[in-house]
Amino acid sequence: MTRQTHRTERGGRIDRDTPLVFTFDGKRYTGYRGDTLASALLANGVRLVGRSFKYHRRRGIFGAGAEEPNALVRVGTGSRAEPNLKATRVALHDGLQAQSQNRWPSLGLDAGALINAASKLFPAGFYYKTFMWPGSWWMLYERFIRRAAGLGRAPLDPDPDHYDRRYAFCDVLVVGAGPAGLMAALTAARSGARVMLVDDALAPGGSLAASTATIEDADPIAFATRVREELASNAKVRVLDRTTAFGYYDDNMVVAVERRADGAPAPHCARQRVWWIRAGEVVIATGAIERPLPFENNDLPGVMLASAARTYVFQHGVRLGERAVLFTNNDSAYEALEPMLDAGTNVVAVVDARDGGPGDDALAVVRRLGLELVSGSVVMRAIGRTGVGGVEVRSLSADGEAVGDDSRRIPCDLVCVSGGWSPTVHLFSQSQGRLRFDAARAAFVPGESAQRERSAGAARGLLGLSECLADGAAAGADAARAAGFDAGSEPVCPEVREWAEGVPVRPLWAVPLPSWRHGKRFVDFQNDVTVADIELAAREGYRSVEHLKRYTTLGMGTDQGRTSNVNGLAVLAATLGTEIPAVGTTTFRPPYSPVALGAIAGREVGIHQAPVRRTPMHDWHVEHGATFVTVGPWLRAQYYLRPGESMMDAINREARHVRRAVGMVDVSTLGKIEVRGRDAGEFLHRVYINRIRNLRVGRCRYAFMLREDGFVLDDGTCSRIRDDMYYLTTGTGHAATVMAHLERYAQTVWPDLDVHLTSVTDQWAGAAVAGPRSRDLLAAACDGAGVSDEALPFMGCIEATVAGAPVRIIRMTFSGERAYEVHCPADYGIHVWEALLAAGESFEVMPYGTEALGVLRIEKGHVVPNELDGRTIPADFGFDRMEKDEDFIGRRSLERFREGGRRRKTFVGLISENGKGIPRGGHLVWNPTAPRPVTMLGHVTSGCYSPTLERHIALALMDDGEDWKGRTLYAASPLTADFAPVRITDHVFIDPENRRPKG
Amino acid sequence: MLLITCPWCGPRAHIEFTYGGDATVDRPADPDAVSAEEWLDHIYLRDNPRGPHVEWWQHGAGCRGWFKVRRDTWTHRIHRSGPPGADLGEDEPR
Repeated sequence: MTRQTHRTERGGRIDRDTPLVFTFDGKRYTGYRGDTLASALLANGVRLVGRSFKYHRRRGIFGAGAEEPNALVRVGTGSRAEPNLKATRVALHDGLQAQSQNRWPSLGLDAGALINAASKLFPAGFYYKTFMWPGSWWMLYERFIRRAAGLGRAPLDPDPDHYDRRYAFCDVLVVGAGPAGLMAALTAARSGARVMLVDDALAPGGSLAASTATIEDADPIAFATRVREELASNAKVRVLDRTTAFGYYDDNMVVAVERRADGAPAPHCARQRVWWIRAGEVVIATGAIERPLPFENNDLPGVMLASAARTYVFQHGVRLGERAVLFTNNDSAYEALEPMLDAGTNVVAVVDARDGGPGDDALAVVRRLGLELVSGSVVMRAIGRTGVGGVEVRSLSADGEAVGDDSRRIPCDLVCVSGGWSPTVHLFSQSQGRLRFDAARAAFVPGESAQRERSAGAARGLLGLSECLADGAAAGADAARAAGFDAGSEPVCPEVREWAEGVPVRPLWAVPLPSWRHGKRFVDFQNDVTVADIELAAREGYRSVEHLKRYTTLGMGTDQGRTSNVNGLAVLAATLGTEIPAVGTTTFRPPYSPVALGAIAGREVGIHQAPVRRTPMHDWHVEHGATFVTVGPWLRAQYYLRPGESMMDAINREARHVRRAVGMVDVSTLGKIEVRGRDAGEFLHRVYINRIRNLRVGRCRYAFMLREDGFVLDDGTCSRIRDDMYYLTTGTGHAATVMAHLERYAQTVWPDLDVHLTSVTDQWAGAAVAGPRSRDLLAAACDGAGVSDEALPFMGCIEATVAGAPVRIIRMTFSGERAYEVHCPADYGIHVWEALLAAGESFEVMPYGTEALGVLRIEKGHVVPNELDGRTIPADFGFDRMEKDEDFIGRRSLERFREGGRRRKTFVGLISENGKGIPRGGHLVWNPTAPRPVTMLGHVTSGCYSPTLERHIALALMDDGEDWKGRTLYAASPLTADFAPVRITDHVFIDPENRRPKG
Repeated sequence: MLLITCPWCGPRAHIEFTYGGDATVDRPADPDAVSAEEWLDHIYLRDNPRGPHVEWWQHGAGCRGWFKVRRDTWTHRIHRSGPPGADLGEDEPR
């Protein structure tokens, strides 16, 4: 274990009594509670943390927060490993294991760095240019490029943790707990509004944590703590730390991810939680991000943002280097000087691009500390191989276009840069608000709002602490008032002592490079985009910023161009000779920073992806050896395997048994709808193609429902239970669609009808009793009510009781045998099911599953959604005989099928001629081996092995089916490269006279 | 996530609703009274305006009521909603 060589003796907001051990690339280090991984690495003198995306250049830690482009690491091991995390955002914890990425074999010695030596071959868009030919080689190139260029790898094992989702509502949501956000939340909370404050740091404070100012003569973080405590004591306020608001959607829906655990979470605790927050009003107080200054080799380890340097010194007590140069174009960077000197870093020069140097307060600091100030000059390049060893400083021409000949080298190991500040406008931009370029601040700031939000503080371009506090208070009051609360008079902001911004920023988007030098000036560190790349793209005609972005990949990394966006736009504008506002910005899209897919999925993974519906008799099926099949959300018993049986044995046994004796199948999954009201019959008359108006109590119809375009929506049954009450059943998969369809017509087309619709799918269970002995079974099971053919004829329905439970018995058939459906309240489901089985024992009753059910209906030529596929009409199956000559939904559309045009396909049966199965989904063709394309005469809709016929059979829809009957064609499946000779027959294979159901 | 106001339940997130198409066309009271061409128009032809449009929505995860929504297809803004018989009129001033 190494000593923390770069930790100061004292200072910082770290807990020096709690040392934490961690590893980076296998080497052990220590840090303290309060460190981030980045600060702990710096405290241990680790400068090299990653290799760049394309050129594999050495990279060090550049920022201190979400803006970090370089320090991407993989944290954790095994299935808990998370790639591409910013070291600046990873809270250090004991036992943390981190690894660098995109290097081989090691970070110090990386073979990929050869690309940097040959970088002339890899300009912007190089893969569009270089790897074009021959086209078939692209797969090979791609594999190489994907390996060479890249980020971390995701773990392959399933994620052992779980994730949560929560919905929340508030009057005022404040994003960001810096000075503006804290004041906004405080002001809104005092008005009585329900307030949420989300902040992505470990503790509130934002920029206060690294501020040299005082609030009420005290450390500004004390103020943040005080506000936090007041908010925590207010029951209407919820404060979420470690929570990043990453998306701003329609109607003030803000989505945030809360990181609840470092590494493995506590038992039963979600690792991360996604909050969906619907806010009345939003205050965006997301602060600002410092811009880098693009000069030659500005990516060497040791070059760092001035604000980041201040954070590491102030917050973490890190001595970043021995000899530092500060390079800036604005006053804010001067705030880093005193803390750096205190930490033991010797600041050897301050290079300021402004001719007149800084404002009075900043100048006073330089004077007091006795530092050398080089005004009107720039760091033209950083010198060094593995890290910064010095800088070359030259004067800058008045127009900023050229550097002078006055070269001077200054040895140093740290360069702190500040190119001005860019407000964090991502959420504002996501909310569809328009950005505006503020030339005085040299930054894009929020313009016109599109939603109920306002930006406050640095997020709208303000820089001073006192003005940010006041602006936050005003924004909080404005939001509370807009949400309908009395914010009272403007709250009094605490007294602040800070030094004032004197001389405005001098925009410097790229440090000029003399023509004899060819080094790289990086604009986008993460994606290795240089000033030259942007200039090249502009020369090649990429004038739109959106095209530039995609061609060069500028701003497309995981940091979403936080440090590079504005510099890149400005370089493009300069190259095109236009103004920055004319170039515009790219669109910011959610997420603001990467979010784990697991967090977005929440608990909806594995079996919880969708609800599973089980029938009331489910457990019985399980106990009796059923195999289950999913039908929509339902689990249905598919067949009941007996010892020694194959699946086919079981299906054939069950189907044969129904034809021979009696079987029972669970039909609880059918959609069931009760229709009541004075006009219920009239309504259903208009809905179904059948006559319903004349349906008597105690009778049932097999009925079709069409869409208004004439195609079949559903086939089902309609039973009249009482005068003003009908009981409908629909296909298992169609229940919800049919219900919505009926509701729509009842509510919007015929609102004058007195009709009430209730879905009772869950309230009623059902069992179909089918087979020649089904009546005997029912007679034994039913108390009282007779089930004789006189009392209950075919297509009749009665109410009765089975073992004391109320039931509705509908006599109809799907199998083609005599059959009854027995429906009962769902709570009696298992009771009635078992009572029926007991009653049927002497008649050899046997349960059967959906497979046998399917076999029986195919043998009978009955249709299911395979045939009713949304492209068929009743006449295709001969059901036009049901169509009445009065209006019903879809009737007018059917007329066009009668008025000539293309002939409809006909419904036929197929019998395999070679004793083998008929391919599912097969196409009917003349000659299965003819060269393609072959004429398709029809297609197979359903098929099975028929134990009754002892042949493979199928149903099909085909052209001119009547003419083909008796002839042989081929059913061919291009998917399985399989075909079978089939004889075309009628679609009813058994009992074509339909005698059996009627007894 | 859009906020849609159900005329009976109040504002709710759009995941509770199902879109039901164009609400500016009415089913002819007597389908036989219109020509075949007019009927085909009724079934298949829909305007696709950029701007305000009146649509059917159903509050499927709530009261199950069908109702009309006046929505701007360009800005996504929902101007108002009302029961099936309502005339949703002109846009509110922006």
